[in-house]
Amino acid sequence: MEMLLAQAAETTISVAAIGKGLVYGLAAIGPGIGIGLIFGNAIQAIARQPEAAGLVRPIMFLGFALAEALALLGFVLFFLIT
Amino acid sequence: MNLAAAPGFHVPPVSELFEFRPIFSFAVGGIEFHVTFITLLMFGLTFLLAALFVAGFRRATVIPGKLQNALEAGVDGVREQIVAPILGSDSERFMPLLTAMFFFVFAMNFMEIIPPINFPISSRMAIPAFFAGLSYVIFNYLGIKNQGPIKYFKGILFPPGVPKAIYVILTPIEFMSTFIFRPLTMAVRLFANMMAGHVMLTIFFLASAYFLYRADSLFLKVIFPGPFVLSIILVGFELFIGLIQAFIITILAAVYIQGALHPEH
Repeated sequence: MEMLLAQAAETTISVAAIGKGLVYGLAAIGPGIGIGLIFGNAIQAIARQPEAAGLVRPIMFLGFALAEALALLGFVLFFLIT
Repeated sequence: MNLAAAPGFHVPPVSELFEFRPIFSFAVGGIEFHVTFITLLMFGLTFLLAALFVAGFRRATVIPGKLQNALEAGVDGVREQIVAPILGSDSERFMPLLTAMFFFVFAMNFMEIIPPINFPISSRMAIPAFFAGLSYVIFNYLGIKNQGPIKYFKGILFPPGVPKAIYVILTPIEFMSTFIFRPLTMAVRLFANMMAGHVMLTIFFLASAYFLYRADSLFLKVIFPGPFVLSIILVGFELFIGLIQAFIITILAAVYIQGALHPEH
Protein backbone atom coordinates (compact mmCIF):
# COMPACT_ATOMS: atom_id res chain seq x y z
CA MET A 1 0.00 0.00 0.00
CA GLU A 2 2.72 2.43 0.98
CA MET A 3 4.67 1.60 -2.14
CA LEU A 4 1.60 2.29 -4.25
CA LEU A 5 1.16 5.66 -2.55
CA ALA A 6 4.80 6.56 -3.14
CA GLN A 7 4.43 5.53 -6.75
CA ALA A 8 1.30 7.64 -7.11
CA ALA A 9 3.11 10.64 -5.62
CA GLU A 10 5.99 10.16 -8.04
CA THR A 11 3.54 9.95 -10.95
CA THR A 12 1.86 13.18 -9.82
CA ILE A 13 5.22 14.94 -9.71
CA SER A 14 6.19 13.77 -13.17
CA VAL A 15 2.78 14.69 -14.59
CA ALA A 16 3.21 18.15 -13.07
CA ALA A 17 6.65 18.41 -14.67
CA ILE A 18 5.25 17.46 -18.08
CA GLY A 19 2.41 19.91 -17.53
CA LYS A 20 4.85 22.69 -16.68
CA GLY A 21 6.80 22.08 -19.86
CA LEU A 22 3.68 21.85 -21.98
CA VAL A 23 2.12 25.00 -20.52
CA TYR A 24 4.96 27.22 -21.56
CA GLY A 25 5.53 25.43 -24.87
CA LEU A 26 1.88 25.71 -25.88
CA ALA A 27 1.57 29.28 -24.61
CA ALA A 28 4.53 30.29 -26.78
CA ILE A 29 3.08 29.04 -30.09
CA GLY A 30 0.43 31.69 -30.63
CA PRO A 31 2.53 34.69 -29.52
CA GLY A 32 5.40 33.35 -31.63
CA ILE A 33 3.27 33.45 -34.75
CA GLY A 34 1.78 36.79 -33.71
CA ILE A 35 5.12 38.48 -33.04
CA GLY A 36 6.42 37.17 -36.37
CA LEU A 37 3.44 38.67 -38.17
CA ILE A 38 3.77 41.99 -36.34
CA PHE A 39 7.47 42.48 -37.06
CA GLY A 40 7.22 41.09 -40.58
CA ASN A 41 4.44 43.46 -41.50
CA ALA A 42 6.15 46.39 -39.80
CA ILE A 43 9.30 45.72 -41.83
CA GLN A 44 7.23 45.56 -44.99
CA ALA A 45 5.47 48.78 -44.13
CA ILE A 46 8.72 50.61 -43.40
CA ALA A 47 10.38 49.19 -46.52
CA ARG A 48 7.52 50.37 -48.70
CA GLN A 49 7.22 53.75 -47.06
CA PRO A 50 10.33 54.73 -45.08
CA GLU A 51 8.77 58.07 -44.07
CA ALA A 52 6.11 56.15 -42.12
CA ALA A 53 8.74 54.55 -39.85
CA GLY A 54 8.04 57.00 -37.03
CA LEU A 55 4.35 56.17 -37.19
CA VAL A 56 4.80 52.42 -37.51
CA ARG A 57 7.41 51.91 -34.79
CA PRO A 58 5.34 52.76 -31.67
CA ILE A 59 2.39 50.75 -32.97
CA MET A 60 4.73 47.86 -33.72
CA PHE A 61 6.09 47.84 -30.17
CA LEU A 62 2.60 48.15 -28.67
CA GLY A 63 1.45 45.15 -30.69
CA PHE A 64 4.58 43.24 -29.80
CA ALA A 65 4.08 43.92 -26.09
CA LEU A 66 0.45 42.84 -26.27
CA ALA A 67 1.22 39.62 -28.17
CA GLU A 68 4.10 38.71 -25.92
CA ALA A 69 1.87 39.21 -22.88
CA LEU A 70 0.23 35.87 -23.65
CA ALA A 71 3.55 34.03 -23.70
CA LEU A 72 4.52 35.71 -20.45
CA LEU A 73 1.25 34.61 -18.85
CA GLY A 74 2.29 31.08 -19.78
CA PHE A 75 5.62 31.71 -18.06
CA VAL A 76 3.83 32.86 -14.90
CA LEU A 77 1.60 29.76 -15.02
CA PHE A 78 4.77 27.66 -15.22
CA PHE A 79 5.59 28.83 -11.71
CA LEU A 80 2.03 28.51 -10.42
CA ILE A 81 1.76 24.80 -11.28
CA THR A 82 3.13 22.73 -8.44
CA MET B 1 11.99 13.89 -12.33
CA ASN B 2 13.76 15.61 -15.13
CA LEU B 3 16.58 14.46 -17.33
CA ALA B 4 19.08 16.88 -15.87
CA ALA B 5 18.70 15.17 -12.50
CA ALA B 6 19.95 11.83 -13.81
CA PRO B 7 22.34 10.10 -11.41
CA GLY B 8 25.65 11.88 -11.12
CA PHE B 9 24.61 15.18 -12.65
CA HIS B 10 23.28 17.61 -10.09
CA VAL B 11 21.58 20.82 -11.16
CA PRO B 12 21.11 23.24 -8.27
CA PRO B 13 17.44 24.02 -7.62
CA VAL B 14 16.17 27.48 -8.48
CA SER B 15 16.11 28.54 -4.83
CA GLU B 16 19.83 27.84 -4.61
CA LEU B 17 20.56 29.79 -7.80
CA PHE B 18 18.57 32.91 -7.06
CA GLU B 19 18.48 33.27 -3.29
CA PHE B 20 21.27 34.86 -1.34
CA ARG B 21 21.92 34.74 2.37
CA PRO B 22 21.36 38.19 3.91
CA ILE B 23 24.58 39.87 5.01
CA PHE B 24 22.72 41.88 7.62
CA SER B 25 19.09 42.61 8.37
CA PHE B 26 17.26 45.48 9.98
CA ALA B 27 13.66 46.36 10.63
CA VAL B 28 11.92 49.68 10.04
CA GLY B 29 8.41 49.96 11.43
CA GLY B 30 7.84 46.22 11.58
CA ILE B 31 9.01 45.58 8.01
CA GLU B 32 12.18 43.53 7.82
CA PHE B 33 14.83 44.45 5.29
CA HIS B 34 17.43 41.89 4.33
CA VAL B 35 20.53 43.28 2.71
CA THR B 36 22.16 40.66 0.50
CA PHE B 37 25.16 40.71 -1.76
CA ILE B 38 22.80 41.59 -4.62
CA THR B 39 21.41 44.62 -2.80
CA LEU B 40 24.91 45.92 -2.16
CA LEU B 41 25.86 45.23 -5.78
CA MET B 42 22.83 47.18 -6.99
CA PHE B 43 23.73 50.21 -4.88
CA GLY B 44 27.33 49.89 -5.99
CA LEU B 45 26.26 49.89 -9.64
CA THR B 46 24.08 52.94 -9.07
CA PHE B 47 26.97 54.90 -7.64
CA LEU B 48 29.35 53.59 -10.29
CA LEU B 49 27.07 54.69 -13.13
CA ALA B 50 26.45 58.08 -11.50
CA ALA B 51 30.18 58.57 -10.97
CA LEU B 52 30.91 57.55 -14.55
CA PHE B 53 28.43 60.05 -15.97
CA VAL B 54 29.58 62.83 -13.65
CA ALA B 55 33.23 62.16 -14.53
CA GLY B 56 32.41 62.10 -18.22
CA PHE B 57 30.19 65.15 -18.47
CA ARG B 58 31.15 67.46 -15.62
CA ARG B 59 33.71 69.27 -17.72
CA ALA B 60 32.37 68.52 -21.17
CA THR B 61 34.66 69.80 -23.89
CA VAL B 62 34.05 70.40 -27.56
CA ILE B 63 36.76 67.92 -28.43
CA PRO B 64 35.71 65.01 -26.18
CA GLY B 65 38.13 62.89 -24.21
CA LYS B 66 37.97 59.11 -24.27
CA LEU B 67 35.38 58.73 -21.50
CA GLN B 68 33.23 61.58 -22.74
CA ASN B 69 33.36 60.19 -26.26
CA ALA B 70 32.20 56.75 -25.17
CA LEU B 71 29.40 58.10 -22.99
CA GLU B 72 28.29 60.51 -25.70
CA ALA B 73 28.02 57.60 -28.12
CA GLY B 74 25.84 55.76 -25.59
CA VAL B 75 23.57 58.69 -24.83
CA ASP B 76 23.34 59.52 -28.51
CA GLY B 77 22.37 55.94 -29.25
CA VAL B 78 19.54 56.13 -26.72
CA ARG B 79 18.38 59.43 -28.18
CA GLU B 80 18.52 58.42 -31.84
CA GLN B 81 17.29 54.84 -31.54
CA ILE B 82 14.77 54.96 -28.72
CA VAL B 83 13.60 58.36 -27.62
CA ALA B 84 13.57 60.62 -30.68
CA PRO B 85 11.71 58.28 -33.10
CA ILE B 86 8.92 57.76 -30.57
CA LEU B 87 8.59 60.91 -28.50
CA GLY B 88 9.59 63.38 -31.22
CA SER B 89 9.42 66.95 -29.95
CA ASP B 90 8.85 65.84 -26.34
CA SER B 91 12.05 63.79 -26.28
CA GLU B 92 14.23 66.29 -24.36
CA ARG B 93 11.85 66.23 -21.38
CA PHE B 94 12.14 62.47 -20.99
CA MET B 95 15.76 61.95 -21.98
CA PRO B 96 17.09 61.91 -18.37
CA LEU B 97 14.54 59.34 -17.21
CA LEU B 98 14.86 57.03 -20.20
CA THR B 99 18.65 57.30 -20.45
CA ALA B 100 19.03 56.44 -16.77
CA MET B 101 16.59 53.57 -17.18
CA PHE B 102 18.41 52.14 -20.19
CA PHE B 103 21.88 52.34 -18.70
CA PHE B 104 20.84 51.06 -15.29
CA VAL B 105 18.94 48.08 -16.67
CA PHE B 106 21.76 47.31 -19.07
CA ALA B 107 24.37 47.49 -16.32
CA MET B 108 22.33 45.13 -14.18
CA ASN B 109 21.85 42.68 -17.04
CA PHE B 110 25.55 42.97 -17.84
CA MET B 111 26.47 41.57 -14.41
CA GLU B 112 25.42 38.17 -15.80
CA ILE B 113 28.67 37.88 -17.71
CA ILE B 114 31.12 39.58 -15.32
CA PRO B 115 33.16 36.61 -14.02
CA PRO B 116 33.27 36.94 -10.22
CA ILE B 117 29.63 37.99 -10.04
CA ASN B 118 27.86 36.10 -12.82
CA PHE B 119 24.42 36.99 -11.63
CA PRO B 120 21.95 39.21 -13.49
CA ILE B 121 20.61 41.51 -10.79
CA SER B 122 17.47 42.12 -12.83
CA SER B 123 16.50 38.46 -12.40
CA ARG B 124 15.30 39.36 -8.93
CA MET B 125 11.65 40.28 -9.47
CA ALA B 126 11.76 43.41 -7.30
CA ILE B 127 13.90 45.32 -9.80
CA PRO B 128 11.88 44.79 -13.00
CA ALA B 129 8.75 45.32 -10.90
CA PHE B 130 10.11 48.66 -9.75
CA PHE B 131 10.76 49.82 -13.33
CA ALA B 132 7.34 48.64 -14.47
CA GLY B 133 5.67 50.38 -11.53
CA LEU B 134 7.65 53.55 -12.18
CA SER B 135 6.60 53.78 -15.82
CA TYR B 136 3.02 52.83 -14.87
CA VAL B 137 2.80 55.73 -12.42
CA ILE B 138 4.47 58.11 -14.87
CA PHE B 139 2.33 57.37 -17.89
CA ASN B 140 -0.92 57.44 -15.91
CA TYR B 141 0.10 60.70 -14.22
CA LEU B 142 1.05 62.29 -17.54
CA GLY B 143 -2.17 61.12 -19.19
CA ILE B 144 -4.35 62.50 -16.41
CA LYS B 145 -2.38 65.74 -16.26
CA ASN B 146 -2.29 66.32 -20.01
CA GLN B 147 -5.77 65.26 -21.01
CA GLY B 148 -7.74 65.46 -17.77
CA PRO B 149 -8.95 62.31 -16.02
CA ILE B 150 -12.25 61.89 -17.87
CA LYS B 151 -10.84 62.36 -21.35
CA TYR B 152 -7.83 60.15 -20.55
CA PHE B 153 -9.82 57.17 -19.30
CA LYS B 154 -12.45 57.65 -22.02
CA GLY B 155 -9.74 57.63 -24.66
CA ILE B 156 -8.35 54.35 -23.36
CA LEU B 157 -11.56 52.51 -22.52
CA PHE B 158 -13.67 53.79 -25.44
CA PRO B 159 -11.31 54.35 -28.37
CA PRO B 160 -13.02 56.45 -31.03
CA GLY B 161 -13.95 55.23 -34.49
CA VAL B 162 -15.40 51.90 -33.44
CA PRO B 163 -19.02 50.75 -33.87
CA LYS B 164 -20.92 51.08 -30.58
CA ALA B 165 -21.67 47.35 -30.21
CA ILE B 166 -17.97 46.46 -30.29
CA TYR B 167 -17.40 48.32 -27.01
CA VAL B 168 -18.95 45.39 -25.15
CA ILE B 169 -15.86 43.31 -25.84
CA LEU B 170 -13.36 46.07 -26.61
CA THR B 171 -13.64 47.96 -23.31
CA PRO B 172 -12.75 45.00 -21.04
CA ILE B 173 -9.87 44.06 -23.35
CA GLU B 174 -8.53 47.62 -23.39
CA PHE B 175 -8.89 47.89 -19.63
CA MET B 176 -7.02 44.63 -19.01
CA SER B 177 -4.30 45.35 -21.53
CA THR B 178 -3.62 48.93 -20.42
CA PHE B 179 -3.98 48.85 -16.67
CA ILE B 180 -3.10 45.26 -15.79
CA PHE B 181 -1.05 43.64 -18.53
CA ARG B 182 1.16 46.64 -19.32
CA PRO B 183 2.99 46.78 -15.97
CA LEU B 184 2.73 43.03 -15.44
CA THR B 185 4.29 42.06 -18.75
CA MET B 186 6.90 44.80 -18.60
CA ALA B 187 8.15 43.39 -15.30
CA VAL B 188 7.80 39.73 -16.21
CA ARG B 189 9.49 40.18 -19.60
CA LEU B 190 12.75 41.47 -18.16
CA PHE B 191 12.64 39.08 -15.21
CA ALA B 192 11.87 36.01 -17.34
CA ASN B 193 14.56 36.73 -19.91
CA MET B 194 17.29 37.30 -17.38
CA MET B 195 16.26 34.37 -15.22
CA ALA B 196 16.06 31.98 -18.15
CA GLY B 197 19.47 33.17 -19.34
CA HIS B 198 21.02 32.59 -15.93
CA VAL B 199 19.56 29.08 -15.64
CA MET B 200 20.67 28.26 -19.19
CA LEU B 201 24.26 29.39 -18.60
CA THR B 202 24.37 27.51 -15.29
CA ILE B 203 23.21 24.27 -16.89
CA PHE B 204 25.57 24.55 -19.84
CA PHE B 205 28.66 25.31 -17.76
CA LEU B 206 27.84 22.66 -15.17
CA ALA B 207 27.25 20.16 -17.95
CA SER B 208 30.59 20.89 -19.63
CA ALA B 209 32.40 20.52 -16.29
CA TYR B 210 30.53 17.29 -15.64
CA PHE B 211 31.33 15.90 -19.11
CA LEU B 212 35.03 16.55 -18.70
CA TYR B 213 35.74 15.68 -15.08
CA ARG B 214 33.02 13.62 -13.49
CA ALA B 215 31.41 11.49 -16.17
CA ASP B 216 32.52 7.86 -16.34
CA SER B 217 32.02 7.25 -20.02
CA LEU B 218 34.78 8.08 -22.46
CA PHE B 219 32.19 9.17 -25.02
CA LEU B 220 31.10 12.10 -22.83
CA LYS B 221 34.73 13.16 -22.36
CA VAL B 222 35.26 13.11 -26.13
CA ILE B 223 32.21 15.23 -26.95
CA PHE B 224 33.00 17.68 -24.11
CA PRO B 225 34.10 20.54 -26.45
CA GLY B 226 30.53 20.68 -27.83
CA PRO B 227 28.77 22.03 -24.73
CA PHE B 228 31.86 23.98 -23.69
CA VAL B 229 32.11 25.96 -26.93
CA LEU B 230 28.36 26.37 -26.98
CA SER B 231 28.35 27.80 -23.46
CA ILE B 232 31.02 30.33 -24.44
CA ILE B 233 28.88 31.36 -27.42
CA LEU B 234 25.89 31.59 -25.08
CA VAL B 235 27.76 34.12 -22.93
CA GLY B 236 27.92 36.39 -25.97
CA PHE B 237 24.27 35.65 -26.62
CA GLU B 238 23.42 36.68 -23.04
CA LEU B 239 25.22 39.99 -23.57
CA PHE B 240 23.06 40.52 -26.65
CA ILE B 241 19.88 39.57 -24.73
CA GLY B 242 20.78 41.97 -21.93
CA LEU B 243 21.18 44.80 -24.41
CA ILE B 244 17.94 43.92 -26.22
CA GLN B 245 15.96 43.72 -22.98
CA ALA B 246 17.28 47.08 -21.78
CA PHE B 247 16.32 48.47 -25.20
CA ILE B 248 12.83 46.98 -25.08
CA ILE B 249 11.97 48.09 -21.53
CA THR B 250 13.08 51.64 -22.40
CA ILE B 251 11.27 51.74 -25.72
CA LEU B 252 8.07 50.43 -24.10
CA ALA B 253 8.27 53.11 -21.40
CA ALA B 254 8.68 55.67 -24.21
CA VAL B 255 5.74 54.24 -26.16
CA TYR B 256 3.47 54.30 -23.10
CA ILE B 257 4.50 57.88 -22.29
CA GLN B 258 3.87 58.91 -25.88
CA GLY B 259 0.43 57.27 -25.79
CA ALA B 260 -0.46 59.24 -22.66
CA LEU B 261 0.80 62.53 -24.09
CA HIS B 262 -0.78 62.27 -27.53
CA PRO B 263 -3.88 60.10 -27.63
CA GLU B 264 -5.05 58.59 -30.89
CA HIS B 265 -7.55 60.85 -32.57
